Amino acid sequence: MHVPDGFLDAPTSALTGAVAVGAVGLALVKARDELDDKTAPMAGLVAAFIFAVQMLNFPVGAGTSGHLMGGALAAVLVGPWTAVLCVSVVLLVQSLLFADGGITALGTNIVLMALTTVLVGWLVFRVLQLVLPKRMSLTPAQAGVAAFASVPVAASVFVLLYAVGGTADIPLDTLLTAMFGVHTLIGVGEGVITGLAVGAIVAVRPDLVRGARPLLESRELVIRGAGS
Amino acid sequence: MGAGHGHKLHFHGHSPIHRAPAHLKVLALLAFAIVVVATPRDAHPLFVAYAVVLAVVIGVSRVPPTYLLKRTVVELPFVVFAVLLPFVATGPRTEVLGVAVSEHGLEAGIALLVKGTLGVLASLTLAATTEPQDLLLGLERLRVPQQLVQIMAFMVRYLDVVTDEMHRMRIARESRGFSARDPRHWPVLAKSAGALFIRSYERGERVHLAMLSRGYTGRLPR
Repeated sequence: MHVPDGFLDAPTSALTGAVAVGAVGLALVKARDELDDKTAPMAGLVAAFIFAVQMLNFPVGAGTSGHLMGGALAAVLVGPWTAVLCVSVVLLVQSLLFADGGITALGTNIVLMALTTVLVGWLVFRVLQLVLPKRMSLTPAQAGVAAFASVPVAASVFVLLYAVGGTADIPLDTLLTAMFGVHTLIGVGEGVITGLAVGAIVAVRPDLVRGARPLLESRELVIRGAGS
Repeated sequence: MGAGHGHKLHFHGHSPIHRAPAHLKVLALLAFAIVVVATPRDAHPLFVAYAVVLAVVIGVSRVPPTYLLKRTVVELPFVVFAVLLPFVATGPRTEVLGVAVSEHGLEAGIALLVKGTLGVLASLTLAATTEPQDLLLGLERLRVPQQLVQIMAFMVRYLDVVTDEMHRMRIARESRGFSARDPRHWPVLAKSAGALFIRSYERGERVHLAMLSRGYTGRLPR
């Protein structure tokens, strides 16, 4: 669900555009620490993955289905800066090649779906990781909670932007209640599926889950005898 | 999907719009969208003028209007929002077909539909008349950071590979009798998403190694 042209007024779109340019610029520099010279091919492939996973429909029941937004998932899998970069590139390609999301709303879409979901997802994930016991089996659940939290927060940021530059006078408390309520439900799906997907990856290639790397490094090699 | 290059929205043609440099088209789209968004919503003649300009461009591009109109469905969720606006907005009421609705909400809803549709149609025209490779060159000419353009290039190049991979995984699931109907089937789909990530990431590593072995230093040669 991408914001189209004309949803927010021009000054607000310019403001979010400036924020997005700054954030993507910073992410370009910081992502090099996460990926070094592999940045272009790796981030490109991860972006293609996020694009594909957004096309994977999850049935909700009664014939309706939803799909992942993937911001928190990307943050846990490849680190926050690379994730901001990848989701931003996905939004850019969707806007220019698929006409999904207006070009003047690109900044707004990046702020909402790349910046907010990734940052909130990563912060919640890291806080949970620091607070809870350091066990690999908890990583999927932590990622799930992080993804769950990221969706209603992004919806609230949208309401905030709408309060600043909205084009119709909707009572804000009604809008906030509606958006927060609906997106809390959507967040449940996002959280459960993100958690399950991270669980599947942790089981097979834990080294690919960037959020699990501190745990992996502290893990000791165990040599078990046969039959034990 | 087997179409060598081009993407799903591209409409092959040789019109002046197809041949125009991509960076000019992106700038034109941006300027058009900014002007549309910045126009006050009661300036009705201006919106008619914008629609005429857009119609002329689409006419010159020889892309069938039905081709574009069918693809405006991407804005559907916001059409729902625009239709709801008159009912939830506050302010003086007015009557439409015997139903009391908010005057501001009605105006805002219509403005939202008009501006959104103009924007989507303009974006669709760009997408229909521009090859991805030309678009990337155009963005580079617009001084979009080289690194960002490269990431985009890799994404566009492997987009079909990754989505095809996902498609094959779906066929594999369905040929084993799986069909996703309710949330009880989420674990299977989430495992597919996980497998897709591992495959994409490992493909990225292989692509990077293949590029290194061909002398890649962080910049693509032209």
